[in-house]
Amino acid sequence: MMSGGSGHGAAGPTGDDVRSDLHVEIELADKGGVQITLESRVAALYGDSIRASAERVLDALGVKHARVAIDDKGGLPFTIAARVETAARRAGAKGKGEPRPERTVTREGPTERDRLRRSRLYLPGNQPKLMINAGLHHPDGLILDLEDSVHPDEKDAARLIVRNALRSVGFAGAERMVRINQLPLGFEDLKAIVPEGPDLILIPKVEEAGQVEEVDDRIRGVRAKDGDGHPIWLMPILESALGIENAFAIARAAETVVALTIGLEDYTADLGVVKTKEGDESLYARTRLVNAARGAGIQAIDSVYGDVGDTEGLMQWARRSRAQGFEGMGCIHPRQIRPIHDAFAPSTEEIESALRIVSAFDEAQAAGLGVVRLGTKMIDPPVVLRAQRLVGNARRMGLIREEES
Amino acid sequence: MSRRASSTDFVVNAVGRRVPTLVNKKEQAPFAGVGAYEPKGKKRAPPIRSCRDYPADGDKRVPDLKTALKKCGLSDGMTISTHHHLRNGDAVALLALNAAADLGARDLMWFPSASFPCHAPVVDLMDRGVVHHIEGSMNGPLGEYCSRGKMRGMGVLRSHGGRWQAVQDGEVPIDIAVIAAPTADPFGNADGSHGPSACGSIGFALADSIYADRVIVVTDNLAPFPCIPWQIQGNNVDYVVEVDSIGDPAKIVSGTTQITKSPDRLMIAEYVARFLRDTGIMRDGFSFQAGAGGIALAFVGFLKELMRQAGVKARFVRGGSTRYLVDLMREGLTDFILDGQTFDLAGVESIASDPRHIATSPFTSYNYHGKGNFASMVDAVVLGATEVDVNFNANVNTHSDGVLLHGIGGWQNCLFARCTILALPSFRDRIPVLVDEVTTVTGPGELIDVVVTERGIAINPRRTDLLDSVKGSDLPIRPIGEIRDEVQRIMGGPPAEAQITDRPVAVIKWVDGTVLDTVWQIETGRP
Repeated sequence: MMSGGSGHGAAGPTGDDVRSDLHVEIELADKGGVQITLESRVAALYGDSIRASAERVLDALGVKHARVAIDDKGGLPFTIAARVETAARRAGAKGKGEPRPERTVTREGPTERDRLRRSRLYLPGNQPKLMINAGLHHPDGLILDLEDSVHPDEKDAARLIVRNALRSVGFAGAERMVRINQLPLGFEDLKAIVPEGPDLILIPKVEEAGQVEEVDDRIRGVRAKDGDGHPIWLMPILESALGIENAFAIARAAETVVALTIGLEDYTADLGVVKTKEGDESLYARTRLVNAARGAGIQAIDSVYGDVGDTEGLMQWARRSRAQGFEGMGCIHPRQIRPIHDAFAPSTEEIESALRIVSAFDEAQAAGLGVVRLGTKMIDPPVVLRAQRLVGNARRMGLIREEES
Repeated sequence: MSRRASSTDFVVNAVGRRVPTLVNKKEQAPFAGVGAYEPKGKKRAPPIRSCRDYPADGDKRVPDLKTALKKCGLSDGMTISTHHHLRNGDAVALLALNAAADLGARDLMWFPSASFPCHAPVVDLMDRGVVHHIEGSMNGPLGEYCSRGKMRGMGVLRSHGGRWQAVQDGEVPIDIAVIAAPTADPFGNADGSHGPSACGSIGFALADSIYADRVIVVTDNLAPFPCIPWQIQGNNVDYVVEVDSIGDPAKIVSGTTQITKSPDRLMIAEYVARFLRDTGIMRDGFSFQAGAGGIALAFVGFLKELMRQAGVKARFVRGGSTRYLVDLMREGLTDFILDGQTFDLAGVESIASDPRHIATSPFTSYNYHGKGNFASMVDAVVLGATEVDVNFNANVNTHSDGVLLHGIGGWQNCLFARCTILALPSFRDRIPVLVDEVTTVTGPGELIDVVVTERGIAINPRRTDLLDSVKGSDLPIRPIGEIRDEVQRIMGGPPAEAQITDRPVAVIKWVDGTVLDTVWQIETGRP
């Protein structure tokens, strides 16, 4: 969407219902300095700050002369910087500088490989207003999406919003995930995003292990010169019959792959079948994916449930999903988070039974016994392992009070 | 048109605000602290009237408003009052003021119980000199007009209870009260629960009917005597005028009131409900009040679920009533609704048909110069605000840039509840709501107990009892300063100071008639 030599560029939405965002028009010029005209609901409160943000971005891009018109509807600083930069680049500003806004949030180190990933909330990459409070709803993960939720003409704009959001928006402890575009466009995304240290990258429409290796290499490349040394986890999305057939190889394609997930819209389209609420048409793909993921020692994560208004249907889907071996699923609205957490939580009976098994195992260990007994029953090692996993997860979900354990 | 501020003296009151000592040529007492001001003297009384001067057959009808106003002795400089129970559908205030204009009246003081966007044409009446100034809430174009210093007198904003107090105490002698009545009889008995323009309670007009020199009832639904029930007594009424329509029913009540869909606001509403449960305020026989804002409505839904789970019911709830309160009563979760105004059709139907749904007035609910009122007997009230500061002072009147935005409504009066909760987002877009210091003080922090935001719940340090009662709760209780800091970080720093002048354009009255704060003219160069 670079407008080449025209010297004019625009970015950001227009209209009466725009909120927490802004529209910027930039006309590059040969003289006259930077002239900014500003319309803003918050001009009295932040007018000077908005002008200063715009000037900072233009200066970093080496723009000395331009006419800038800003129509602001309460955009936050990270949004203002991204919109001005997008408009300037679209106008043809060629500066090498990267006007990244001041970093106000820091990455606290890598997330755990096998952390809870019950819910991951999709946030369209070009809609900053949805990002600001998303973390408050406490999903396990947040996906800043550059792929399907972003119009092809707005990929450049979304990339800057997401980059800036990673520097400036606090997500309240949620794992910070970015879904990049299909390769090769996704490589452009990696260049902008990886230096900001997201916790995890979702790679869409993966069909071959080689695609994952390539993404992993690129990430290492960027991290080597511009990173904090922490790994960035990968979650390939399988969205085709071929991808499903190669699931195991994809799961083992890189050390950093921590989960596999499935995209059912594209998968059912690839099969040429109708996607139903019951999901019988994708049962094979889903169970195959679970098996491949567990075989590779990583998490299997389910797709999304598309009807936001149908909480009961969501709960049923999520319970079945857990029963099939998935450890989480996607959300397209904050209100889906709590039902999903409830559905993926083990029941009280499951937890109690697992705690009994774990304590029987611990006692047997302490007594130096090779055989674990619970009452008159002998407990096999895999049962112990499953119980330990369940107790670990339940504890991370806050379902076990310490005095009970 | 400019009246220089130099002609006004100022004092600093008990909340540290600079307030004028003279407003519209009347001496003012500055706010001295909650409960500090002691009123003296006797209540105002209207002139004694005699049956000898009224038709023995009880038929007080006159052909039109002009005739009624003339018979009431309309003259320049008089105070004309109207009421807002028809909300944004009201036609009567403009009918009355336009009739007065046609009769050549000038320099009137319009004294509405509240104004709505439908009253914007009063700007024109002020430009033409018919209306001198407004004492009442001003928003939209009226708020702009006042904020830009175009109004000739000073605006005076009062709470619903404060308006009763001012009328009763004689601070505002009403010359002519014009009461819009969804149903009335020729004697002047009037009520709001029936008729094509039914609105529920018309209690806002009650003080005017008692204390005004002259009272006109305007109706589009004349019933033969007796109008049953009656909230306004015809014995206080001079004239009855029949008109085709007193307002637009679609704008008088909403068909349905809507719960917010915003996930952030739903979270706030749920926090409030859980707060009432975890503190033990929600118990058998308790009471609460919540308005008709999106968060307040959603709060009622969440609380209802918690009440069901705990098996408790309320003794009474206070309206603004909506279908959510009506459902609560029908499900047996409250014995009564004590209703100040009625927001939707379900509320209007309920108040007209269910004896457990009672119409109240600002006298019973809110008047501070009485022998008690209902507001202080409510266990918990859930309110909104445009700003709240780290001292728990709150503002409902002005935008952060200083422009008059809203009236006070019953908000100030409700602060006397046993637990006053402000439920609000900590910022809106890039407008901070949780701030260092509010632009205008509408409510002193000592009466505001809890601020519930999407980023956590702040409890006023004065309320050690509440702080103790939430120990062990998993609610996100945080110091208010910490939430303010977080908001400022998100906003990219504190906002610039509002650009205002040194010229007062309106005052905010406290419930006892003292002056709590001043609204200043905004910088004239502003767009």
